[in-house]
Amino acid sequence: MTQAAVRTVGLTRLFRSRRIQQAVEALRDVDLTIGRGECFGLLGPNGAGKSTLIKILTTLLLPTSGSATVAGYDVASQPLQVRRKINLVSGGDSSGYGILTVRETLHLFARFYGVPGDEARRRANALMEMTRLSGKADARLSSLSTGMKQKLNFARGFMSDPEIIFLDEPTLGLDVEAARDIRSFIAGWVRERPERTVLLTTHYMVEADELCGRVAFIDRGRILALDSPRALKRLVPSEPVFELQVGAGASGLERLREIGGVRSLAHHTHPGSGAIELRVIVDEDQTIGEVLGRLKAFGHPVLHLTKTEPSLETVFIHVVGRGLSDDEEPVEAAPVER
Amino acid sequence: MMPGPGPGPHPDPEPGFADILRMNLGAVLARARVRVVASWRETSWVIGETVFPFLTMAAFVLVYRGLHAPPMYEAFVVLGGAMIAYWNNVLWSMASQFFWEKEQGQLQLYLITPVSRMSILFGMALGGMAMTTSRAIAILGGGSLLFHVPIPLDRAVPAFGLFLLTLAAVYALGMILSSLFLLWGREAWHTATLFQEPIYLASGFYFPVRELGPLAGSLAALLPITLGLDGIRQILYGKAAHGFVPLAWIPPIQVALLVLFLYLAHRALATMERLGKQEGRLTLRGA
Repeated sequence: MTQAAVRTVGLTRLFRSRRIQQAVEALRDVDLTIGRGECFGLLGPNGAGKSTLIKILTTLLLPTSGSATVAGYDVASQPLQVRRKINLVSGGDSSGYGILTVRETLHLFARFYGVPGDEARRRANALMEMTRLSGKADARLSSLSTGMKQKLNFARGFMSDPEIIFLDEPTLGLDVEAARDIRSFIAGWVRERPERTVLLTTHYMVEADELCGRVAFIDRGRILALDSPRALKRLVPSEPVFELQVGAGASGLERLREIGGVRSLAHHTHPGSGAIELRVIVDEDQTIGEVLGRLKAFGHPVLHLTKTEPSLETVFIHVVGRGLSDDEEPVEAAPVER
Repeated sequence: MMPGPGPGPHPDPEPGFADILRMNLGAVLARARVRVVASWRETSWVIGETVFPFLTMAAFVLVYRGLHAPPMYEAFVVLGGAMIAYWNNVLWSMASQFFWEKEQGQLQLYLITPVSRMSILFGMALGGMAMTTSRAIAILGGGSLLFHVPIPLDRAVPAFGLFLLTLAAVYALGMILSSLFLLWGREAWHTATLFQEPIYLASGFYFPVRELGPLAGSLAALLPITLGLDGIRQILYGKAAHGFVPLAWIPPIQVALLVLFLYLAHRALATMERLGKQEGRLTLRGA
């Protein structure tokens, strides 16, 4: 039977703040369904409720109201069953004890999930290789750099071979190469078996765009938008923008403005190659066909054509009213159907 | 990608009792190993936890020797010096471990595992006993050799039996403290500091607890380490040990305390975890 990996219904979590003497709403009526086999992204600024949601789903926190199931089990009443299916990696955290080696740390956490010794050795070797920690297998944690500790923490999360893994900012603070390795591992891992599911929170929009089949924008405890990155990008009202590179021809480029539907045109000639770069904004996609026809007629061979799309970051700002790293109050956000 | 339909009956079979037992035993040994490895790789404890307590013990031995007290009293001090290592381990290492794990941000890594929290506590206790035994042996051996303290080896087996029972009860008490420290961290820490010296006095580490009188002695005997030390001294030195609680009563009382403390530790841990999950105090990171 196919079932949702994660499902929340009306999930709400309040925190009592002693400082301001009132309840703070960390999550409000969150309805969310994540299918098995999905890599699902949760995007939101600091304090949006991402970590609160992950804590509830990983049985570290109880909801104030509403319900949540993970792998079909209720997080409040069946936490043990949930824990057998999940693991958690929080970026920026390190795991283990400075006195233990990298290999010993991975084996320690494998033991807590009942992974047999031989299998633990095999997984530890594979994960150390993936995170490029094989050379440090017998080094104590106290001697590792922050980045290495973080990679070890990432490897630790996969030692139990969970069905559902919660990755809370897994590449935070990692160098570009390490982050790329980890993204590549996540993409491969989730594809390897159909029941494997990833819930990823990240500040890096490109990461979510690259990895996630669907993403949700969360702010002030509410899910504001939820869809595939491509569909979300369509939420931003914008004209199609095409970037072209064409070879030198009989000129006449300015006459492209006469085509009905061309709203804007910019061009400049590359000083080295003599190729011309064009940026054309049109009313609708079909107009680019006429542009290409005119270019051919003017003797400009088309070398390269790209349609640029709004980035997830642009969409996020449009929906939420502020960027991921902004601390200021949001401007009025656009209402979004979901 | 669209999600599948809602949750239904989970197809995976529940793990059997043997699987659960194997996993929890593995967790106990794995967590215990951390402490044992730590004590052998980080040897700075030799100064703080063996040499300094040894000096305190030596001071008491010299006081008794200066007062021309019977040599038995010097033996009391050496035994007490060895046992105090366990009490210090329970009070300062075992009790604060969960709190420390929380401060380090890795308590959550234990709490999301499918093993029983009691297994983690058992592992901490087992490892604590193992690492402290090396210190206790150093103090006991060093004291016996240096001060020529008489330890009758012919009664060592029953004394060792009571010692093991005492350790079990003492560490079960440590498991309760660990649960309390989990949520009341700093407050519990301050309370433990406040009671440290009075408990040292009440425990009779360096004198027979009988000297405290019936009321204070009875209260002190609620601590398993006091009771155990009183019994071990009686086994080794008979009437000369100035025993407080009749020796025959001590093993059953220790067993009762062990069972009670384990039950309370289990309840305290479950209660503290529930409170922590309700109040959001099991982890450090924000929303």
